[in-house]
Amino acid sequence: MSADAPASSSAKWVGRSIRRLEDRALVHGQGQFTADLPADLNVRFVRSPIASGRLKHITLPDDACGLVAGDLVDIKRIKPMLHRPDYVAVEQTLLADGVVRYVGEPIAAIIAKTAAEAEDQVESTFADIEETVPVVSIADALAANAPRVHDWTQHNILVEGRVDTGGATDGGVDAAFAAAAHIVELDIISRRQNAMPLEPRGAHAAYDKRTGRITLTCSTQSPHVMRTAIADLLGMAEADLRVVAPDVGGGFGQKMMLPPEYALVVHVCRTLQRSVAWIEDRRENLIASFHARDMRVKLRAAFSADAKLIALDADIASNVGAYSGFPITCGVEALMGMAELPGPYDVQHYRCVSRGVATNTCPMAPYRGVSRPVITFTMERLMDTAAARFGIEPTDIRRRNLIDRFPYTTATGLTLDDATYREVMEIAVRELPLPAMRERQQQLRREGRYLGIGFSTFCERTGYGTPAFAARGMESTPGYEIVDIAMDPSGNVTARIGAFPHGQGLKTTLAQIIADEVGVAPSQVTVIAGDTDQTPYGWGTFASRSLVISGGACLVGARKLRAKLIRIAAHLMKVSPDDVVLEPGLAKARSTNQSIPIPELARTAYHKAHLLYGVADAGLSEQGFYDPPGTFSNACHVAVVEVDIETGGVKVERFVVVEDAGRLINPMIVDGQIHGGVAQGIANALLEEIVYDSQGNILTATLADFLPPTMSEIPRFELHHIETYSDATITQAKGVGEGGAIGAPAAVVNAICDALSPFGVTFNEMPVTPQRIRAALRRRSG
Amino acid sequence: MTTRHDIGFTINGRTERITIEARKTLADAIRDDCGLTGTHIGCEHGVCGACTVLLDGQPVRSCLMFAVQVNGRAIRTVEGLAKGETLHPLQAAFMEHHGLQCGFCTPGFLMLAAGALEANPDMGDDELVHVLSSNLCRCTGYHNILKAVRAAAVAMAMRAA
Repeated sequence: MSADAPASSSAKWVGRSIRRLEDRALVHGQGQFTADLPADLNVRFVRSPIASGRLKHITLPDDACGLVAGDLVDIKRIKPMLHRPDYVAVEQTLLADGVVRYVGEPIAAIIAKTAAEAEDQVESTFADIEETVPVVSIADALAANAPRVHDWTQHNILVEGRVDTGGATDGGVDAAFAAAAHIVELDIISRRQNAMPLEPRGAHAAYDKRTGRITLTCSTQSPHVMRTAIADLLGMAEADLRVVAPDVGGGFGQKMMLPPEYALVVHVCRTLQRSVAWIEDRRENLIASFHARDMRVKLRAAFSADAKLIALDADIASNVGAYSGFPITCGVEALMGMAELPGPYDVQHYRCVSRGVATNTCPMAPYRGVSRPVITFTMERLMDTAAARFGIEPTDIRRRNLIDRFPYTTATGLTLDDATYREVMEIAVRELPLPAMRERQQQLRREGRYLGIGFSTFCERTGYGTPAFAARGMESTPGYEIVDIAMDPSGNVTARIGAFPHGQGLKTTLAQIIADEVGVAPSQVTVIAGDTDQTPYGWGTFASRSLVISGGACLVGARKLRAKLIRIAAHLMKVSPDDVVLEPGLAKARSTNQSIPIPELARTAYHKAHLLYGVADAGLSEQGFYDPPGTFSNACHVAVVEVDIETGGVKVERFVVVEDAGRLINPMIVDGQIHGGVAQGIANALLEEIVYDSQGNILTATLADFLPPTMSEIPRFELHHIETYSDATITQAKGVGEGGAIGAPAAVVNAICDALSPFGVTFNEMPVTPQRIRAALRRRSG
Repeated sequence: MTTRHDIGFTINGRTERITIEARKTLADAIRDDCGLTGTHIGCEHGVCGACTVLLDGQPVRSCLMFAVQVNGRAIRTVEGLAKGETLHPLQAAFMEHHGLQCGFCTPGFLMLAAGALEANPDMGDDELVHVLSSNLCRCTGYHNILKAVRAAAVAMAMRAA
């Protein structure tokens, strides 16, 4: 359906695939991205070519205007906090101060009229760095007597979470292992990723001589958080800083973190009182933005004789790089991994230690799914490995272990709300259909071709509010959203949101939610986002949260607005408010069939307020607030792949997703989110890897080395939906932004392992590159 | 680096004369000197294709060309696709089929597809996928881009008929 046409009186806007309100400007090339703004001055950064060393001296070219750490002594250090006894709070200066800790770390800033001139001067800058021994991998960093990334710390472990379900009566995890029929052990490795938004980061700061205020326009997912953080660092009043996020070319988590470079751009603008820009290039983005998911998991799992999982014992480590990012901190991957590892499976005995480990590498940021692609990969490799051990179909072992009663309290105390963990898999089995695929697999094997079918079932915590972040011990607890919603005298609606969509189509979906409540069409709803001067405080878009939380706040606000419209209409029509219904374009009294057009009500609210004296305050302006407990989406992904055993090449033939994200507000947009997530997940499984050598030099600094997929590597998707209306969210929608990326890697790797099962070859590492496939096959045959 | 060159070319049918350094890329010249910021810069090493424009009808990476190379030639950018208020069939199809999310890669894909379909209006699916694999999109997973370009190809063929 492509209709923007008005709904019939009974039809709702929610649930319809209307076209996006965002698109028209973008297809005309009229989007407004940060790099589109002209600036008086441009900044380029001198970056450390050394992973670990003492920065003895920097020699700038004679004619250069540059800054080094010594010029920034009045600026505070970035020091993200977790209030946990095991957290070591490391600090970061905007420019390296005496010590360099990763290749790419900014050590000086050069300011020139054009970016090209600044780059010329960067090339002529000499940094005298005395090299010290770096730690690059998790193993390096945890070795006895390892050099420390921050020399004042006792070791390189910056955060260490522990959970043990104990067992006062039944002996707990150890007793469960002692009683197990089978114990499966896995060493899981996830190689380092880069979210790689197509638009690199960028910041533009402009000085208003009239007011002394600075407007920072930047590519970010969280404009309000950027304002608070930068004002804090520079000692500014927040009122003196306006942050605008214009069109943003993808973020995927990388742009929710505070880049030191943005704060420096504001500092330069404030000092020189001229407009200043820094536009990151792709090389900088690949080496020095934020990386993700450099993790390993050592897992032991106990199964009973009937293939029921009875206990998990895990050791998780996340390579967090050299610093802890603001606001989410370096604990995000490790602590989320620990809390959510058991996933959709029923297991009550669980022990885990999970560490965030500092190394001399680029710092970590959350990347779409954060550590869940890795823990899902871990659990799904576990299920397939155990299924092979028990000699049963991968779907059978999942049937025996998937949770099927709700609400369910997990071993770590999370509440899983209504969902369909088993149903989504059964639908996938039918849609394939699995028996036919198995037959085809056998037939192809006889021809010497290797087809594999891989399943991945998972649940994903989405739309969670402040309590979830507080439970991690975060100093700043994101979670709630606020929406200011107003109907103007002409009957059109404006919603000002604290969240910040950057490609998710949220302006359209929020307009659909609001439209249904207040009797207008989505095209009459303007959603304003991404400007701290124009929107209430909010946390931005990340963690599959915006539709759930900002959408919930929109619904709360729109319902208040609706109640006021009804109160006014009832008064004017002299009926009881219970008698009034809002329909598209009008308020109607059921008893008398009398009606008043919405624009007339709106006009009355503002211009004939005397008629409402004692009934309603003038105007139509309300606020919605929402801070939900969180809800779990779930899905089953199935990949069908063919592996070429000669080249190690993998072709993804089919990709089936059966998703339950609750109520679908705009199915077209939901499908788009899943498509994009799955593509990133396939890339995670097959292609993308940030590689460092043992000295901490990054070997993947171009898009010829770090390989995002093209259309040729991505199949056409087969999507199916179940809609479970959970009470955990007010809109009954669950989050859907990350799920595609969470489930896909495990499905693809399980499919590769299934394809190569005749050779006894398995992979517990991502990405599974052609080189790794060939090496494994060679080891088997050799 | 200070020697500057006067060059002239047409861009979306309009004549431009600019004075630039020899090292300036076509992408930078289009954005900085012609003021057309719809052409985006995503990698500056010719991989992502966000900066794709048509040069004498052929899709090219404007980050891999120097502006001085286009002296006397004709450039089309995303700003030249629509005819007034009327969208180009590709623009309409990208909106209809949700072929864009953040929109950063979109101008490059539109120009790539426009050049390809104008040269060969009835490409098969395999050929279309091959051509569209020239550019990167990080948001859509390509599914809907392919759908949109297929639909636009039909619309363009009908318009031509």
